[in-house]
Amino acid sequence: MSRLEARLEPSRAMMLASPLIAAAAMLVSGSLLFSFLGQEPLHAFYVYFIKPASTAYGIGELLLKATPLILCGVGLALGFRASVWNIGADGQLTVGAIAGGCVALYFQDVEAVWLVPLMLLAGALGGMAWAAIPALLRTRFNTSEILVSLMLVYVAYLLLSYLVHGPLRDPDGFNFPQSRMFHDAALLPLLFEGLRTNAAFPLSLVLVGGAWFFCARTFAGYRMQVSGMAPAAAAYAGFSEKRNVWLGFMLSGGLAGLAGVGEVAGPIGQLQSSVSPGYGFAAIIVAYVGRLHPLGVVLAAVLMSLLYIGGESAQMELQLPSAITGLFQGLLLFYLLAADLFIHYRFKPAARVSALPAASGGNAA
Amino acid sequence: MTIDDLIPFLASTAGAATPLILAATGELVTERAGVLNLGVEGMMLTGAVAGFGVTLVTGSATLGLLAAMGAAMAVALIFAVLTLSLQTNQVATGLALTLFGVGLSAFAGKGLAGQTVEPLPRIFIPFLSDLPFVGPLLFRFDGLVYAALLLVVAVGWGLAHSRPGLILRAIGESPDSAHAIGYPVIALRYAAVLFGGALAGLAGAYMSMVLTPMWVEGMTAGRGWIALALVVFATWKPRGVVLGAYLFGGVTVLQFHGQGLGLAIPSEFLSMLPYLATIAVLVFISRDAHTILLNKPMSLGVSFRADH
Amino acid sequence: MSEAVSVVPSVRPEPRLQLLGISKAYPSVVANDRIDLTVMPGEIHAVLGENGAGKSTLMKIIYGVTRPDAGEMLWDGRQVRITSPSAARSLGIGMVFQHFSVFETLSVVENISLSLDERVPLAELAPRIRTVSEEYGLPLDPYRLVHSMSVGERQRVEIVRCLLQSPRLLIMDEPTSVLTPQAVQTLFASLRRLAAEGCSILYISHKLDEIQSLCDKATVLRAGRVSGIANPREETTGSLAELMIGKELPACRMTPRTPGEVRLALHGLSLPSDDPFGTDLHDISLTVHSGEIVGIAGVSGNGQQELLKALSGERRLDQAAAVQLCGVDAGRMDPAQRRQIGLGFVPEERLGRGAVPALSLADNALLTGHVQACGTGMVHRGLIQSGAVGSFARKVIEHFKVKCGGSSALASSLSGGNLQKFIVGRETLLAPKVMVVAQPTWGVDIGASMLIRQAIIDLRDQGVAVLVVSEELDELFMMCDHLAVIADGRLSRRVPVSETSVDRIGVWMSGNFTDRTDATPSTGVRHHVPA
Repeated sequence: MSRLEARLEPSRAMMLASPLIAAAAMLVSGSLLFSFLGQEPLHAFYVYFIKPASTAYGIGELLLKATPLILCGVGLALGFRASVWNIGADGQLTVGAIAGGCVALYFQDVEAVWLVPLMLLAGALGGMAWAAIPALLRTRFNTSEILVSLMLVYVAYLLLSYLVHGPLRDPDGFNFPQSRMFHDAALLPLLFEGLRTNAAFPLSLVLVGGAWFFCARTFAGYRMQVSGMAPAAAAYAGFSEKRNVWLGFMLSGGLAGLAGVGEVAGPIGQLQSSVSPGYGFAAIIVAYVGRLHPLGVVLAAVLMSLLYIGGESAQMELQLPSAITGLFQGLLLFYLLAADLFIHYRFKPAARVSALPAASGGNAA
Repeated sequence: MTIDDLIPFLASTAGAATPLILAATGELVTERAGVLNLGVEGMMLTGAVAGFGVTLVTGSATLGLLAAMGAAMAVALIFAVLTLSLQTNQVATGLALTLFGVGLSAFAGKGLAGQTVEPLPRIFIPFLSDLPFVGPLLFRFDGLVYAALLLVVAVGWGLAHSRPGLILRAIGESPDSAHAIGYPVIALRYAAVLFGGALAGLAGAYMSMVLTPMWVEGMTAGRGWIALALVVFATWKPRGVVLGAYLFGGVTVLQFHGQGLGLAIPSEFLSMLPYLATIAVLVFISRDAHTILLNKPMSLGVSFRADH
Repeated sequence: MSEAVSVVPSVRPEPRLQLLGISKAYPSVVANDRIDLTVMPGEIHAVLGENGAGKSTLMKIIYGVTRPDAGEMLWDGRQVRITSPSAARSLGIGMVFQHFSVFETLSVVENISLSLDERVPLAELAPRIRTVSEEYGLPLDPYRLVHSMSVGERQRVEIVRCLLQSPRLLIMDEPTSVLTPQAVQTLFASLRRLAAEGCSILYISHKLDEIQSLCDKATVLRAGRVSGIANPREETTGSLAELMIGKELPACRMTPRTPGEVRLALHGLSLPSDDPFGTDLHDISLTVHSGEIVGIAGVSGNGQQELLKALSGERRLDQAAAVQLCGVDAGRMDPAQRRQIGLGFVPEERLGRGAVPALSLADNALLTGHVQACGTGMVHRGLIQSGAVGSFARKVIEHFKVKCGGSSALASSLSGGNLQKFIVGRETLLAPKVMVVAQPTWGVDIGASMLIRQAIIDLRDQGVAVLVVSEELDELFMMCDHLAVIADGRLSRRVPVSETSVDRIGVWMSGNFTDRTDATPSTGVRHHVPA
């Protein structure tokens, strides 16, 4: 480590470059892995990373899968900036899906324009309610929000499983654990003919804009940033830690809940025993790779979405296990964390090292 | 409900508690050195898939267990390099380790689903194992159940009375002071992280090789996180880990014995119990901030860099 | 010993330690630039220099904690390379650190065992600790946990830890900042005795009077270089200061002033510490008037942190009336609400509390400048007004001569002294009615110290009520109208500076407030003797 020295100021260039370095490193290790698995690396690379995004339909799918990642990722980024460690976004997404789904099923005969907004509202409130539990326990009893929010993910999964096996099961569904299909008025409108991309995507971009404004311009955003960077300074300035924790959880929980509605009122169209392939966890990576910045989150979400779609494409064409996606996601975050070292450190210029004679001679004591 | 229903319930509690004891004891040592490794879940999954796979291929459970520890130590090493040498944020890196372990194990275990291995042999002690009640409750387990308990005793004694234990506690309290009087803080923390990794791997292997015994994607189902909670519950003291692990073991197996015990509740709700119980005990322990502050290693989660 | 068998007959024995051309550079600063230093056996040798002159780095190099970039080290005339503290210890070098390297959760004997390179069972070590500590007049109970001990006692642990290894060179880094004046004399007696036994002592300090009373020789550092070598007993304070900072010690301008109404009042403030290793406050009462500076002296760890948090609002109280600001019961208010009624506060920790390291100076101006009552207009309807924030930050930088790369420079890029000027400046320009300052010049170079002290005195002259908490008695005597002492969570009554002495305050600092010899009424005419 002595070859490294601290920079006087963190490097802004590295701050922007490090996600790119991480992505490049991940692509390189991906290619190595492909060749290790007996694939022609360039072909596998093409099938995994290029081909899925080379058609209009593919791009539509890319944006479709990016949407929940953007929503969860931007929420988590807001929380992480304030050191509010919500890692239970997948649970909040699930509860949001349940809440939105219940609204759809309750109004199954209603054909009205207010239905989808009401579902979105219910989903956001559901996610917030689920996020309120770790927030309450943290602020009231000082309980680790990391562990509580994570535990609640499993509870949410089981709750959904119970509902689709029991009370919400489609009576005409041959005992499959799923609800009846939502009727058209309870589905998000599609954006383009022939693509599955729906209105949740533009909605997520609007919310990203809002999040950016919140971070950059509002005093509340500043308070959260200070709380994350230097808790003692936040206390000194009189920023309430409780308010900070609550705000972090409400924002991230609400956005995750919206993502849940986006899934069940979008590509899924009903409640099933699972509504997320781990978007809430992948969003942790999205938030970091996006530098905890709302706009960065959008780019990171698209990259992660590509990993999901590429995994499916590789499974179909190359018979590679789709689980490779998870491996790439993990690698991406590792590489990012490693590359971030160079924001604060740099290699000592070689010239200076040689200019300084070592304090040598004599016996080491 | 009769005694006959209760005995299998209590006996399987020991099985469910063992991986928690192993993983939590490993994490406890890591945390006492001042490092918070949230990647227990990922390390357990890595150990579970490696142990199961190697046992399946070689037919040797011993090799399987060694492979589990080795594989988990390898991923723990990634965490150690990042947090200790490159000073990344421990929380973020731990999350990354869990996500990586989930992905890696799912990928590596693709061909292993649906197969099964012979579980570890149970140790039958003539006479003792045949005793009524006491025999099935205490003397019919596999070696790891006993080994886990011995390990806790050894770690507990070592932390309190041995010189390495003293040094470990010193590093966990103040790495700067330890560095100033000449201890290789980073190297010792590496050792602590790897120790935690080895035990997490063993814990995962116990699940895939003994409890189920098969490989299922994501099969640890949050046990790694419960182990992390157990360390807090135990206020960083090994003996508390045993108590907590048996408590959770009991709650975990309740879902399988629920009907035998006469509980008419949907199975999903019984399955929620370990998670809800974790939350409940965390609240119970942490509402007393004073106790936590007194016992928590003072440098936990804080990066250390020696300036020279 | 090597000097006894030296081939060349010489009146002078071989130096115990000799440094030749030691250099050490950090990216931001050259801490040591070609330093030469010679220490003779049995000599008490001062290394004198102001904060930031490079003393601590040099000592860490000698003790093997830090590696030099260049230079040579001779021990008893032989060239050595000290690569670790344990290598230093095996040569016979012991070090007492400024920020102690003791472990609070461990017992005395465990602490000492950790730094012994030989393995001694604790049961054998404990009686040795008892014997040695009593022999040198520094008694210690080996089985006590360190967190229950005072700072002075913790220092004893460090000293005894070194003594057990029969050191031939003992390094003391700023040892007296944690001691009462009386305890300083006890320490000096122990050190003189050690030196008489042949142990060399390197005594690091910036306090001229101490060095003059204790040391045989002084090497003076300025900005990383040796600026002179002197016999301190033959020098005047002025000539030593000249070597240390290149000029006479500057003084503050302070004229007597009649104080006005009560601005800050504490009534029977009792508070259990929220830190399990902290100090509880007991029945603290104090008033500070408009236009006066009240100083609180005390050895660190006697409740200062807790008192300051109770004052700032970082720790809220149950009884609203326990803290009154400008006549308002403020005990239950949070820091922002207290600022709203006119509180300004400069905390001890600059990076991470008084300022956010990773934010710009402008953003750090917003940290406390957002308070509406200060009228800076930095926040309007929940939105940050970056124009107002930037211009306020620039005003602070300009008025307080903060050396930095403008208002967009990160707080972490500033030197300690400049950041302290920025924080004091920010709090000052927010026009407080009551100002609380903790350790105003801790770790700050003399130039900045004087600017900061003068700024605080100017506030008093504008009618602000000022409370200064400091561990530096000299500083308190220099800038305060009244003094009180905190010891073990209790506060003495306040006395006019002109009617007390360093010795009496020293007695109070050990917790003994009972002497009533100076029980003159504290109202009446105030005399002030500028330092």
